[in-house]
Amino acid sequence: MEQRTVTGRAMRAMPLAGLLTGCGGVQSALDPAGFEAEQVARLFWAMLIASGVIWVLVLGLASYAARRRGQPWSQQGASRLIVWAGAVVPTLLLAVLLFYGLRLMPELRAPGGPLRVHVEGEQFWWRVRYHPPGGAPVESANALVLPVGQRVEFSLSTRDVIHSFWVPALGGKMDMIPGRTNRLVLEPTRTGEFRGACAELCGASHALMAFTVRVVEPAEFEAWLAREAAPAAAVEPAAQAGEAAFLANGCGACHSVRGTAARGDIGPDLTHLASRPTIGAGILENSAENRAAFIARVDQIKPSARMPAYGTLPETEIAAIAAWLGTLR
Amino acid sequence: MLIHNRRHANLWTLLAPPAIWAIHFLLCYVAAAIACAKGGGPWVDLTTLRWVILGITIPALGLILVAGQQARRHWGFGTDDPPHDQATDEDRQHFLGYATLLLCALSFVSVIFVAMPAITIADCR
Repeated sequence: MEQRTVTGRAMRAMPLAGLLTGCGGVQSALDPAGFEAEQVARLFWAMLIASGVIWVLVLGLASYAARRRGQPWSQQGASRLIVWAGAVVPTLLLAVLLFYGLRLMPELRAPGGPLRVHVEGEQFWWRVRYHPPGGAPVESANALVLPVGQRVEFSLSTRDVIHSFWVPALGGKMDMIPGRTNRLVLEPTRTGEFRGACAELCGASHALMAFTVRVVEPAEFEAWLAREAAPAAAVEPAAQAGEAAFLANGCGACHSVRGTAARGDIGPDLTHLASRPTIGAGILENSAENRAAFIARVDQIKPSARMPAYGTLPETEIAAIAAWLGTLR
Repeated sequence: MLIHNRRHANLWTLLAPPAIWAIHFLLCYVAAAIACAKGGGPWVDLTTLRWVILGITIPALGLILVAGQQARRHWGFGTDDPPHDQATDEDRQHFLGYATLLLCALSFVSVIFVAMPAITIADCR
C-alpha cells in the first residue's frame, strides 16, 4: 500500500520533472550565460512572481466574492473596484513594464567590440565567418567559439529563406531575412558549452539545424582563431586514400578544405571539421561512424538537404573519407 | 475635422479618439523611419526626432481630452447609469457618449505608450 502511494506520487511528479529539465542545460534561457540572457531572465522571474501574486489576489477575491453572503455591494463600490483593479492598476503596471523594457534595449544593442562574426543561414546549416580586427576573415561553419566577457557583434543574413539565429543561454533571437543584414550583439559572461538553434521554420530539416557554441577565455580564443585560420593539417599517410576519394568523387565542388584542391563554396567549410563537436549542423556526435553515415544517407538524416546521398560509393571509400575528415583538426 | 463641439454624438464622434491614436501612431513611426533612413543630417538626428514626437503627442493628447469632455457631455455627465439600452434618442446619446469616453481613455493611454520609446531611443538599431 505504502509502495503504491510512493509510486503514485512519483508518477504525478513526473510531468513536473519534465518541465523542470527546461530550466537548465546548454540551451535554456533560464540558465543564462550572457549579459542579455541575464537581463531577460531577471525580467522573466520578476514578471512570473508578480503574475503569481496577482493571480493569488484575483482568485482570493473571486473566492471571497463567491462565499460572501448578505448585503450586495453598492453599484458605486463595484464600479470603483472595476475601474481601479480592472483598468487603472493594469495600465500602470503595463506602463512600468513597457518603460523597463524600453530602457533595457539601448544597453542590449550597444555596439560590440572589435571582433565581428558574420553568420549566414542556409538550408539547413550555418555559414560562419570571423572578422578579427585587422586580420583576414576566417571561414568556419556550424560551430561558434566566442571569448568570454567580450561583446561580439554578429551580422546575420541569408540567401534562401528566413531563418532565425538563437542561442537561448546567451541572448535573444534575431531573424535572418533574405536581402537584409540584421545585427545582434552577444556578450557571454561565463565559459562553457552551449547550443544554438534555428528559431524560424525554414523547411523540412528546420529542427535539424543547430550549432554548438563554446565560450572560452580570450587567450584561448585567440589561439583557437589562429588555428582555425590555418589550412588543414598535413595529411597523415594512413588517411591519404580518404583525401583522394573525397576529391575524386567531386566533394570539393561544394566543400572547401583549405590546403587541398577542394575549394567549393556551396556546402559547409570542412577545413577543421574534426575540431567541431558535432556534424550535420549540431545533430550528430562527430564520430567516424556518424560521418560515414552522413555521407551515405544524408537524405534520411537530413531531409531536403542539398547534398545528395553517396550511399552508392563502395563502403571502403566512404569509410576512408570519414576517417580522413576525422584528421582535419 | 472630426473634433469640434457637436451637439449630438454620432459614429464620427465615436471614431475620433481611435482615429487620433492611429494618425499619431503613423506620424511617429513615419518620422522615426525617415530620421533613421536619412540619419546623419542636421535636421533628422534623434534629438530632433524626440522633439517632433513630443510635438505630435501633446496635440494628440489635447484632442483626445477635448473629445473626452464632449463625450462626457453626450453621456449626460453620468446622471444616468448604464447600460443605456432603451430604444430612445436619449439612451442612444448616452450610450454613444459613454462608449466614446471609454475609447478616449484607451486612446489616451495608447498615445502615451506609442510615444514612450522616444524617451529611451539611443540609436536606430
